[in-house]
Amino acid sequence: MTTTTGPLATRRLILQGAACVALLGLGNLPFAAAPARAAANDKYPEEAFKQKSEADAIKALYGKSAEPSDKVKLDAPEIAENGGVVPVSVTTTLDKVTSISFLVAENPFALAASYRIADGTIPAVANRLKMAKTTNLVAIVEADGKLYSATKEVKVTVGGCGG
Amino acid sequence: MASSIRVRATSNGDITEVQALIQHPMDTGLVKNPNGELIPAHYIQQLKFEWNGKDVFVADWGTAVSKDPYVKFSFKGAKKGDEIKISWTDNKGASDTTTAKIA
Repeated sequence: MTTTTGPLATRRLILQGAACVALLGLGNLPFAAAPARAAANDKYPEEAFKQKSEADAIKALYGKSAEPSDKVKLDAPEIAENGGVVPVSVTTTLDKVTSISFLVAENPFALAASYRIADGTIPAVANRLKMAKTTNLVAIVEADGKLYSATKEVKVTVGGCGG
Repeated sequence: MASSIRVRATSNGDITEVQALIQHPMDTGLVKNPNGELIPAHYIQQLKFEWNGKDVFVADWGTAVSKDPYVKFSFKGAKKGDEIKISWTDNKGASDTTTAKIA
């Protein structure tokens, strides 16, 4: 746990501003703000992918919670005949999008994929996910430092974790 | 050996649409083989798309991404003939890199 606190704290710092730096006792970070940011952005969020619940995964990844928004459009099938390959996509009309993540609420590990959106990249992504059973699919969009979500239930007829 | 990455990048004026398909088992580590032994987790953790020396799109993946993953996104600024570089690394330390010309 101790090894991962650093990068996670760093990410939170960036999101919430330098004011938290002193509080967390990482006072040396502001001097290396630019490299620290690059490092945090490059790092694979190992801990977030280990979280079992949706809320814990969002917290581990972003350090805050999301509010539902109709500006996040989540496209997924009503019924997935093969839970091993569920095509899902997200688009949003929000500005300043920095990241888009997909979570499957009742998978063994909730976080499925997280995408970092650079400046100049359109905030839309399509991919294919595994879903263990009928459950909620959640898309999170990080825009201008805030989190927005969209949720859709996908009925899975054959689970995606049986191989 | 042929690359594990297949990429199609097409320019439509200012916007370049990129589609990638990667050959990878994406084993979750939760599935048993016919002998009842767990198949160890083996999945891509990070996939990067680089254009003009900068990451335009970075994917962090867990085990819930489907076998032979597919991803699609678009970005602005590139033109026909530009090259993009695609690379992935998985949880066992394997990696692959390829480049694609924008058509």
